[in-house]
Amino acid sequence: MALNLNRVDMPNRDPDARNKDFIEVAEGYNVDMAAEEASRCLNCKKPLCRSGCPVNIDIPRFINQVTKKDYDAAYYTLKEFSLLPAVCGRVCPQEHQCEGACILNPKGAAIGIGRLERYVADKFRESGKEEVLQKAPDTGKKVAVLGGGPAGLACAYDLAKLGHSVTIYEALHTLGGVLMYGIPEFRLPKNIVNKEIENIEKLGVKIELNSVAGRVNTVEKLMKEDGFDAVFIGTGAGLPYFLNIPGENLNEVYSANEFLTRVNLMKAYKFPEYDTPVFVGEKVAVVGAGNVAMDAARTAKRLGAKDVYIVYRRSKDEVPARLEELEHAEEEGVKLQLLTSPIEVIGDENGHVTALRCVSYELGEPDEGGRRKPVEIPNSEFDMPMDMVVMAIGQGPNPLLLETTKGLELNKRGNIVADDDGKTSIEGVFAGGDIVTGAATVILAMGAGKKTAQSIHDYLNNK
Amino acid sequence: MYKIMKKEILNPSVVLMDVYAPDIAKTCKAGQFIVLRIDEVGERIPLTIADFFPEEGLVRIVTQTVGYTSRKLMNMEQGDSFLDFIGPLGQESEIENYGTVLCVCGGLGIAPMYPIARELKKAGNKVITVVGARNKELLIWEDVLKEVSNEIYVTTDDGSYGRKGLVTDVSKEILEREKIDHAWAIGPVIMMKFTALLTKEYNVPTIVSMNPIMVDGTGMCGACRLEVDGKTKFACVDGPEFDGHKVNWDLSMRRMNIYKAKEEIALEKAIKGGF
Ligand SMILES: Cc1cc2nc3c(=O)[nH]c(=O)nc-3n(C[C@H](O)[C@H](O)[C@H](O)COP(=O)(O)OP(=O)(O)OC[C@H]3O[C@@H](n4cnc5c(N)ncnc54)[C@H](O)[C@@H]3O)c2cc1C
Ligand code: SF4
Ligand code: FES
Repeated sequence: MALNLNRVDMPNRDPDARNKDFIEVAEGYNVDMAAEEASRCLNCKKPLCRSGCPVNIDIPRFINQVTKKDYDAAYYTLKEFSLLPAVCGRVCPQEHQCEGACILNPKGAAIGIGRLERYVADKFRESGKEEVLQKAPDTGKKVAVLGGGPAGLACAYDLAKLGHSVTIYEALHTLGGVLMYGIPEFRLPKNIVNKEIENIEKLGVKIELNSVAGRVNTVEKLMKEDGFDAVFIGTGAGLPYFLNIPGENLNEVYSANEFLTRVNLMKAYKFPEYDTPVFVGEKVAVVGAGNVAMDAARTAKRLGAKDVYIVYRRSKDEVPARLEELEHAEEEGVKLQLLTSPIEVIGDENGHVTALRCVSYELGEPDEGGRRKPVEIPNSEFDMPMDMVVMAIGQGPNPLLLETTKGLELNKRGNIVADDDGKTSIEGVFAGGDIVTGAATVILAMGAGKKTAQSIHDYLNNK
Repeated sequence: MYKIMKKEILNPSVVLMDVYAPDIAKTCKAGQFIVLRIDEVGERIPLTIADFFPEEGLVRIVTQTVGYTSRKLMNMEQGDSFLDFIGPLGQESEIENYGTVLCVCGGLGIAPMYPIARELKKAGNKVITVVGARNKELLIWEDVLKEVSNEIYVTTDDGSYGRKGLVTDVSKEILEREKIDHAWAIGPVIMMKFTALLTKEYNVPTIVSMNPIMVDGTGMCGACRLEVDGKTKFACVDGPEFDGHKVNWDLSMRRMNIYKAKEEIALEKAIKGGF
């Protein structure tokens, strides 16, 4: 059969319509598109795509099941490896993972693996079928999972399936972590996340919301007083970084976390139907160019900002966001202010933002990682008139729980030191996800949660 | 769900509620706060803990109607429940035997002062309390504070009760009269600012309890930023108590006004909702 090098595009809503509401941007494949895209897969003997997948999903197998129209089987194949296929199909940086590794990628025709994953997961969910959940007999062992983001959810799910009694302690009023408070509805509809959470509840996992570990309980208390045999820490990278430049505490300067939390978790986009307000300027600068920055910029646009700029130190090639997010942002009218770095937020006498003072950069020599280093151009200072600034320059580990956990080894950046199996410096205490790696991806966090569940299981069996 | 076991109207704009939250009641300490959300559409608001009863599993909050959510809260009755009630949050007060402690409080700061004054007294301090209110009707908890104070002074702006004037007037007399080793000031930002300016003249270390706009209350958003000694701090995790002589008061006052324009819209909604 001749090679088919025509990637089937996934339809998206019209940029001018979608940048005014919070309905999902991507519309997903229909049955014919999925069939055509799946038929292009070569079903390689040594599938390179698999080696690019952080959780080693048997990609050719699930794609082959799509070609046979055996969608349920395809879904269960995905579920063998991933707790959240409908989520990962939407938010994984496929161009750096499975699709980047696909044998057809050098020809510019990698199989749309993410799109197919999404299609299969959506089809199953929309069919209304109940997922078959198998659970091993009760082991009598108790595990506490701290943090209900992708890492914690995956760990809890697998441990419950293995027959352990699991309780998730989550600080916020809902599970899901970044999937609920960070990633916007227009990119990841919350009903999809809720469906996954439902499955976890069905497995009998106990869920304690509004429960801030390190305050209302500690790791020590959970193990010594509450009888938990093991603890998994998956508290993520929730602490927003600021640039520490003058003017950063002016009224209309937000961290991306605050801006997105107000809008996503607290539904400020429905104010005053919902009680939480959010400020949105006419001219908004978002500092940074990762997924978080793109989400903040596109959200500001949707809430009525006229001009939204991504302010980024490097060039377009270095933008760390998923390719699709960058493309979508630009289509929606977000402007890129590249090779630019802020040095001060300027405000008026009442504390309102009026401008962002920046300097220009150029690209110099490549650094150790091969990325060309941005170098400041002398005397290049200039002001961009702005009335709102969002800082999206990264997040670190929240020290709240870590401070109260004696004997827990942390690295220089404050992340928990854990080995490949999630073991920390304290016996019986495991960790995974962003709290170990620093801000990373959903799939890596979920993968770590899953892998650590197995290692906790082994630990409990040998205890 | 967190049930309101008791509701008591302390004055036309201040209400006391005992909320069933046993885990928090068991672990919280003086100086800490909770965050609550009334219902599915509600916002998350922080409230400093006014008292706690570990045996009964109750946490006491006292709120004053200032904005939309506090009006909505005022309308809730005994037997109703909050959807979310999170805590204890923030650092506890540093209680030790300082010697003589001046506790200055006013308005919405009166209730949270109580457990701190109580602990200070228990630790062996001589506690001198100064309570301020706009008028007699708005004064609350004089009797409650009296129990944990060696001396208590009341001021009202209009002179309808106690001394006419501001808390800082009486505080100044006390500072002139005797050696004060430590001070606490809790209340409206403007009151805390001027109390701190006053105690600075007498070199009395002064703790203030900041109550900025918050969202999560766990250090995740930075809404609660303030500047202490020129450095940015998050009130919800580094505080809420800070060295009053080092707080950038003007910044904190400005940051209270971020949602001024939205408050009017919310107020309209409150009126439509009948509260
Ligand atoms: C705006 C945004 C967009 C992103 N976009 C993408 C994307 O497109 N693709 C991608 O792959 N990744 C993306 N990411 C990154 C991805 O979401 C994270 O890497 C992933 O969610 C990490 O999972 P986690 O479980 O380790 O942590 P989190 O998702 O952060 O979950 C941690 C949970 O622990 C809770 N918690 C914290 N402290 C405590 C405590 N003391 N006690 C109890 N609970 C606590 C938190 O409330 C939270 O629910 C994005 C991140 C953000 C912020
Ligand atoms: S590498 Fe590409 S073509 Fe080969 S199996 Fe994987 S997806 Fe199919
Ligand atoms: S309230 Fe969000 S960090 Fe303090």
